[in-house]
Formats: sequence, C-alpha cells, structure tokens
Amino acid sequence: MFNKEYEAMPVDKLKKLQYERLKWSLTHAYNNNPFYKKKFDAAGFHPDKFKSLADMKHVPFLYKQDMRDNYPFGLFAVPMSKVVRVHSSSGTTGNATVVGYTKNDVGVFAEVVARSLAAYGATENDVVQVAYGYGLFTGGLGLHYGAEKLGAMTVPISGGNTERQLMLIKDFGTTIMACTPSYMLNIADYIEKKRPDYNMRATRLRAGVLGAEPWSENMRKEIESRLGIEAFDIYGLSEVIGPGVSTECSEKSGLHVFEDHFYVEIIDPETGEILPEGEKGEIVYTSLTKEAFPTIRYRSKDITRLYRDSCKCGRTLIKMEKVTGRSDDMMIIRGVNVFPSQIESVLMEIEGTEPHYQIILDRKAALDDIEVKVEVNEKLFSDEVKVLNDLSKRIGDRMRSALGISAKITLVEPMTIPRSEGKAVRVIDKRKI
Amino acid sequence: MNVTQLSVFIENKPGHLQNVLKILGEKNINIVTLTIAETSDFGILRMIVNDPEGGVRALRESHVTCSTNDVLAVEIDDKPGSLYKAIDTFARRKLNIEYMYAFTEKRGDKAVMIFRFDDIDAAKKAMTEEGYSIVSKIDIMGA
Ligand SMILES: [Zn+2]
Repeated sequence: MFNKEYEAMPVDKLKKLQYERLKWSLTHAYNNNPFYKKKFDAAGFHPDKFKSLADMKHVPFLYKQDMRDNYPFGLFAVPMSKVVRVHSSSGTTGNATVVGYTKNDVGVFAEVVARSLAAYGATENDVVQVAYGYGLFTGGLGLHYGAEKLGAMTVPISGGNTERQLMLIKDFGTTIMACTPSYMLNIADYIEKKRPDYNMRATRLRAGVLGAEPWSENMRKEIESRLGIEAFDIYGLSEVIGPGVSTECSEKSGLHVFEDHFYVEIIDPETGEILPEGEKGEIVYTSLTKEAFPTIRYRSKDITRLYRDSCKCGRTLIKMEKVTGRSDDMMIIRGVNVFPSQIESVLMEIEGTEPHYQIILDRKAALDDIEVKVEVNEKLFSDEVKVLNDLSKRIGDRMRSALGISAKITLVEPMTIPRSEGKAVRVIDKRKI
Repeated sequence: MNVTQLSVFIENKPGHLQNVLKILGEKNINIVTLTIAETSDFGILRMIVNDPEGGVRALRESHVTCSTNDVLAVEIDDKPGSLYKAIDTFARRKLNIEYMYAFTEKRGDKAVMIFRFDDIDAAKKAMTEEGYSIVSKIDIMGA
C-alpha cells in the first residue's frame, strides 16, 4: 500500500476526516468562487449549516453544463497565479470544459495515481511505459507523474506508433503498460498480424493499467490471455481530478475510491434523492482537498453501485462497480430502470441475433408499453411460423427474467433499423408524460 | 429429387409483399404457386418458383431474408374425399404435416398438393408405398 494511513483507515475515522474536509471544501468553494456562492445561496445552503455528512443532501448539484457555461476559468477558486496546470476535455457538444490545478492539486493527482499503481503491486523497481496521450487530456501526464511519484522508471512514449512501443517494451524491460484497453487489444492484433516473431511472454511486461474508457470483463479475459499479462482498471474523470479517482486492487473485483480526497454518493438520477449503500444509481463526486477547481456534487451521469466489503488487499476504502451505463440512456418503464445496453446483452445471448435493435416506448391506458424490434436474418429465419414465434417468446422471456420488464418483441426485416449509434435511433419515446 | 420451396420473411405492412414480387419479377423468376402464413406482425411467403436459386440470389441482393427447403409435391385425384385419404395416410403413419397448400394449376384430373414435413423422406416413402405419384419436376407445371 502506498499510503497505508489513509488507504486502510478505520471507516469511522475516515468518515470523520471526510466531514472535516468536506466542510473545508464547501467553505472554500463558497468563499472563493462567485458561481458556487450564487448557487449555494439560491438553494438556501450555507457551509455553516453543514453539521454532518447527512447534510450533503442540501448541497446543490454541479452539472457538466455549469462547467461549459463557465468556460474557461469561471469555476476556479484560487488566483490565477496559484494555478500551475490546466487540462481540458475536447467535449463533443458545446464548449470544452477546463480544469485547473495548484501545486498541491498536482501533488494529490500524482499521489492517487501512485497509490493506484501500488495497488497492482507496482514498486520503484517497475518500468512504466505511459502510452496514454500526453497533452490536454489528463491520462498521459496523470500516469506520468503518478509513476514518478511511486519511484518507478517512467517511459513517456505517449500513444500510437505500435512498432516503437514493442521495441521499448523489449529494450527497456517495461513491466507495466499504461494505456486504454482498446489500445492494448490493438497491440495484440498488431503482433498477430505483423510481428508473429514478437513474443510478449518473453518480455518483462506483466501488467496493463487500463482506463479512460469503459471496458468489460470479456475484454479483460481477452487482453490477459492474448498478451499473458494482468489487466487492471483505473477510473477517473478530468472534472474530478483525472485517472486515479478509484482503482482496482490485486483482487480485481470493484474499484476502491480514494475517499480521503473524493466523497461519493449514489443518487436516483430522476429525483436526485440519495440512495442507500449497495443500490445502483448515478455516482456523484465531491472533491475534499482540491484548491484550484473544487468539484462539489458533480453529476457524473455514470451508473454504478457502492459497497464496502472486507477486501483481501486490506484497504478499507469503499468500492464502486465497473461503470455499466450512463444515466442519459436510462429508461424508466413501469417504474423499472432499464438501459439499452441491458437489452443489447439479452439479445446477444440469443444465438443468431444481431446487435441491431430499436426500442419503442409508448403509453397506453396510462401504462408504459415497450416494444423491441429485432431484425430477422437468415440464421434466425424459418419457413415455419412456430419457429419464429418461439424466437420472439424466447427473447421476451429472457427480458422478463433478466430485466423485469414485459416487452413486446417485433420481428422486422433486415436493414430496417437505423445503423447509427446513439440514443436517438436506439430508443423512440412516444410517451407523453 | 424433391421440389424446392422458396420462403421469404415479410413484415405485415403495406407494400412489403409487393416489393418481394417486384424483385422476383425483375429477375424473371416465375411463381408457380404461393401461400402466405401470417401473424399480426409478420408473414412468411412460401413459393414454388421456376428458379429457386436465382430467386434467393435476387432477394439477398436486396437484403430480403429468405431460405429454401425441400417440400413434398403429391398428385391427388381431383374428386371429393381424396385429400382426406391422403392426409389419413400421414395420420396412420404418424407423420406430422407442418403445413400444406395446393398448386393452382391442375394436371388433367389430378390436383397437386404441397406438403411440408419434418421428415420428408419418411413421408415420401409412405406416399410411394400407397401408390401416390410424387412430383419432382415443376418446370412441367406451366413454369
Ligand atoms: Zn482491495
């Protein structure tokens, strides 16, 4: 453990520390940033009223749009002379968001990344090849300074140029690759197609620190078996700090959140109500120590679950499940929360079905109706009606047992469901609520 | 040799059947007989055509889901009670008919019925033993 005092702190002591730090963070945001002051005032909240963690429910949320509206530096809470670094997201719609760091903040950032690396068993004897992009994106510099803080030899190669990555892994004796999981798979493909002579198992590479995009357990298995390494998840958001908000440990079951720096809550994305520990909902982040860019109750839109177990690694920190979806995509059907990705998983289990589907929501006689359109290809087709009816029934039964919803399954002709990604075509909501 | 049937998946919506017939027509595929099994959402168009392989090719090019399979074409006397007799034969031998339909054209005093079985060989054997004649070439049927 890189910092046993905090990572293995008894939970009651940790909660006390969180309260003290939250009080500081809320006061700091209120006193030093006009946007937060206005927002708190409008919600009738004052940091003096913050008497216990239970008072968090009175603190207003921070949304991505607030960050865009305050582009570029409107959410900073220190004089610009104290800011030593900025990062920025490219942002797909509207303005980009900009985050800033003081000297202390970059120290915290490096600390949480160093802790993450140590959680996979990395030490100063390791060689960390940082193949995340260096630049405005938090991945490259985040892993870089974290690896240095740990004392590992850091190879700042940045992303791309797979041939060179392979050369340095071999020549420098790289033991840990830090990159996105999809790039790790690219490397496996590259070796298979272009460098069959290259034997990754003969190098010293033993682990991948993979993050910056959601990835599945199946991807983990594939990476581990094809490259002969262990694949670990590192999670983060630039709005909160960057990679290192939470990390997997040697157990690879759930990600420990560094609770001495980040306070996490799970809320119902519809009502904003805080949900009890263990329930699935949207994760909300509050920074406890950040100076330049305090993040107070930031609505991440990531859907997950929080729980405490007695992890074998010895950390007392709360765990979050791998993120399974975005609250943007969530549908509420007769009171049941359903994500399009869950419907896709059910379809993928039925042999021969394609991942093309469309969900149509309607409301008839005050009840929600869900229809799922599935394309019939030649693998599914039969000249017998009963075979096709059985198929619809099988899909419907699986949805009922897996998701708890009764969907009408409609078989449609091939190429009739729009192919582009995104909620707009996947889900058609005709309900007038 | 068995008769090959061409089956096509169509949504139960205006214009969809027409579209399939247009594709076949443009490729000079002649339909000898057809039947449609329909549900509230979709239908299965089953056809005997002069060129099933050509039909499949044309439909696949247009992303229409289709398949071919063997069916049994049997000559039956065109008089009262003869279809009952034929079906009775299957019943006695415990051969389950999935579905059946008739040729539109007659051959003299005979009608031709198309039967779809799970076990076409057993059905064929049964009908031959009972003295029915099995139609194996459909190009003589005015196609
Ligand atoms: Zn652990």
